[in-house]
Amino acid sequence: MRIALFATCIVDAMYPRTAQATVSILERLGHEVVFPSGQACCGQMHVNSGYLKEAVPVVANHVHAFDTKDYDVAVAPSGSCVASVKHQHPMVARSCGDTALEARAAAVGARTYELSELLVDVLGVTDAGAQLGSYFPHRVTYHPSCHGMRLLRLGDRQARLLRSVHGIELAELPEADQCCGFGGTFSMKNADVSSAMLEDKTANIRSTGAALCTGGDASCLMHIGGGLSRQGSDVTTLHLAEILASTAEAPASVTGEIRVATGKATR
Amino acid sequence: MSAREDILGRIRSALRDAPVAPQIPRAYRTSSELDHDALIHLLVDRLVDYKARVCVLDAAEVPERIAELLADARSYVIPAGLDPDWTAGPHFAPDGDRRRVDSVSAPLTVAELDGVDAVVTGSAVAVAETGTIILDGSPNQGRRAISLVPDYHICVVNAADIAGILPEALRRIDGTRPLTMISGPSATSDIELERVEGVHGPRILDVIIAR
Amino acid sequence: MSTFLGMPSLPVFGTGNLHAAESFPTAAHRELGNAQLRANLGHATHTIRDKRLQVVSELPDWEQLRDAGSAIKESVMARLPELLEQFEQNFTARGGVIHWARDAGEANDIVAGLIRDTGETEVVKVKSMATQEIGLNEYLEEQGITAFETDLAELIVQLDHDKPSHILVPAIHKNRTEIRDIFLREMPGADPALTDNPAVLAMAARAHLRRKFLTAKVAVSGANFALADSGTLAVVESEGNGRMCLTLPETLITVMGVEKLLPTWQDLEVFMQLLPRSSTGERMNPYTSLWTGVTDGDGPRNVHLVLLDNGRSAALADEMGRSALHCIRCSACMNVCPVYERTGGHAYGSTYPGPIGAILSPLLTGIESEENSSLPYASSLCGACYDACPVKINIPDILVHLRSVDVDSKRGKKKLPSQMDVGMKAASWALSSGKRLGLVEKGLPLGRLAAGPDHKITKLPGIAAGWTQSRDIPAPPQKSFRDWWAKEHHGPETGGTNAPARGTARADAHLNAQDKEDGA
Repeated sequence: MRIALFATCIVDAMYPRTAQATVSILERLGHEVVFPSGQACCGQMHVNSGYLKEAVPVVANHVHAFDTKDYDVAVAPSGSCVASVKHQHPMVARSCGDTALEARAAAVGARTYELSELLVDVLGVTDAGAQLGSYFPHRVTYHPSCHGMRLLRLGDRQARLLRSVHGIELAELPEADQCCGFGGTFSMKNADVSSAMLEDKTANIRSTGAALCTGGDASCLMHIGGGLSRQGSDVTTLHLAEILASTAEAPASVTGEIRVATGKATR
Repeated sequence: MSAREDILGRIRSALRDAPVAPQIPRAYRTSSELDHDALIHLLVDRLVDYKARVCVLDAAEVPERIAELLADARSYVIPAGLDPDWTAGPHFAPDGDRRRVDSVSAPLTVAELDGVDAVVTGSAVAVAETGTIILDGSPNQGRRAISLVPDYHICVVNAADIAGILPEALRRIDGTRPLTMISGPSATSDIELERVEGVHGPRILDVIIAR
Repeated sequence: MSTFLGMPSLPVFGTGNLHAAESFPTAAHRELGNAQLRANLGHATHTIRDKRLQVVSELPDWEQLRDAGSAIKESVMARLPELLEQFEQNFTARGGVIHWARDAGEANDIVAGLIRDTGETEVVKVKSMATQEIGLNEYLEEQGITAFETDLAELIVQLDHDKPSHILVPAIHKNRTEIRDIFLREMPGADPALTDNPAVLAMAARAHLRRKFLTAKVAVSGANFALADSGTLAVVESEGNGRMCLTLPETLITVMGVEKLLPTWQDLEVFMQLLPRSSTGERMNPYTSLWTGVTDGDGPRNVHLVLLDNGRSAALADEMGRSALHCIRCSACMNVCPVYERTGGHAYGSTYPGPIGAILSPLLTGIESEENSSLPYASSLCGACYDACPVKINIPDILVHLRSVDVDSKRGKKKLPSQMDVGMKAASWALSSGKRLGLVEKGLPLGRLAAGPDHKITKLPGIAAGWTQSRDIPAPPQKSFRDWWAKEHHGPETGGTNAPARGTARADAHLNAQDKEDGA
């Protein structure tokens, strides 16, 4: 099928490899990926910060970029951005009384999927190792982001995909369902509470002995990774798209010291 | 304008978008499939979980058990309408002034109630799933104060009065009577969430399930 | 169906203990510094959390009960005027007396007057959020009336001249040793050999209050539910202090928010399953008392009910926020909230802490009251509260809604826009066009330069300094994904700029407006 990639602004600007990995996975499965170039951002930062008026053009831009017949489904490697597209966009359009935009936003939202949701529910990927050649011989722990878990109800889709990666050793994260404390502008407006939440999250990550923490949301991973980096930890973060895209021939590049599942440290 | 008119006016004005009251989806369980023995078994399990003391007896054994339980009580109170069979017979022969009977026409004072050691009542209905006994102030249970002030409550539940789940039980009750739902002895978890049984209400609850 | 005929009145907001005196971040900063508090809270919230999950998972129809509970409450709000009148009629017909109070001051006056009519100067109290909200105890004290809290935790808090920090377990912020010390210091006749064993402490409270219960002539309570079709009131409790207060005195005065109604007796079967499991994590709480007006020979002879507005009608007027009034005060939301767990209840500055407090307090007082505008931001929007709420109040959505009410209330009022205002406006410009975002991304190499050889940015200015207080920012990449796609990935382009504009005139207008500002 023809799949439109919604890269999301943070991945586009800060983590292009996550989007490249997404493209690579989808092409490997034989699908055609298109990139609507008018896209920018889902606007959740504005909505969640109370700047509804400022969110309107951002949402309108997204709807405009994706309300085309040029693709079958859209995908984004981010649970919170997909949740915004599905749940917030029609509400933002309604807030300014634009019923036509509301209808279009709802239509775009209906065919927009989070990556693991698309892979499992639409493209029938149940075994990443067998179907994608995913190979990642490292000890990894996984943080399920709040919006994927509670707004999109992704359940164990991401964990199941990760578990099926060849060579991976998945370490259970204690209190995995607890928020990492990012919360968009919450991390700045309520920096103290956010930091206290982050401290507990990183302590739990470190307790697993994993070399990496993965997840489905670049923003949460940026938050967690930023905390680990500040604490001087060698543990890094890597989006699950990059783990799924990693193969024996073309392994994902990871920075920092990585403890290979066999126990050997590599650089 | 009176406060009443004012408040009702404000509320009506707050609702000027005329929200429509939704249909109530009642897809939850309203009856249970448990048989007689299973109901008794479940109720016992739940009451024990609350640290209540429970026994299951044939109706004929009830008076003897009550007498045993009251052996150490210097005095006890019963409602005037308590099933006479429960506190009759050879076990209660020398009862004399240990027994205080409370009635609407001759109620005990609060001080008198505070002076008795125990209370024996019947019950209106019980809920097996939640371990709850409901008193509705009928003659065999008496007024609310008598099952509250004494420190020790002996409560007889007829097996026929056990409902499986709460909706079944509430449908057997007249909601306008003074009701007390009891699930175990009084308890608090206010200190470090450590449950302590026995605060202001009775500290000991003995339930006799009469088959 | 009630239609409003006449002039709509402006929302009239609530008064009393609903206002944060300092902003949430300021209060949170202080509370976070209290290690003992954090340990107590962490232990307590995790304990209740696990118990709740356990008893909720036992019920095969939990979600159906939630659906019913949510619909019943929505129905109550839609039909509130008629239900209040129906309740009033039934309650009055059975010998109860109804009083209406517009706000905290009026409610306090009514209660004090009723107590004065009895000639008593002491009352016993059942734990009640509504009387906390209106500051009844303090008011009665000014009037020469002593109110004795009889719930163990409320007693602890009252003896310590402190404030509750939790709806369900008001002394959750104190541990056993602190409580023993309070008893020794403040409880007349406390045994000097008192240990800090909770059972021993509970017995001390029992001994302390017993005489009060047995001699009290007047009691004051709140109510968990009021049934419109019968005029019945319900109090849900654990210790038996509620039963004592509701049964033994001659006069009973209940203070209740107007939103606590349920339409029918049948509805109780839903809420008496939802409430105990959600609040204490029990299948059923030890005691629930229900009374319908006055019963001859059983319980108080004088039964009063004060129906309280105090901002509830204002909350009801907010279409997006009104479902906050569905709250049954179970406290499940605060027990799962990662923010509450770390700051405790005092940081919220209101009788209603935690996620529900963050929406309810500003709805009752208006967003512009004191520091209450900071409350809707006291959340990472993780959504745990919404999942836990037995009546499915969408707290995250209402938080976001109230943030926009706050932002809009400040527009044009300030001489200078805040850093956040400026940043959001700039971001709106950059993020509402692929082309403009692409332009901004051309600056990524500058970010790499700023990051230096460590490949991380450790200090940012202004509001972003909040981020770098505990987190680094990785060095940005050499180029954006967009650039890579255009230059290195030969995929067909679609939509957006190359596609014919199929947007509605309005959607295009949003974009064009941005372009104009841009001078494009």
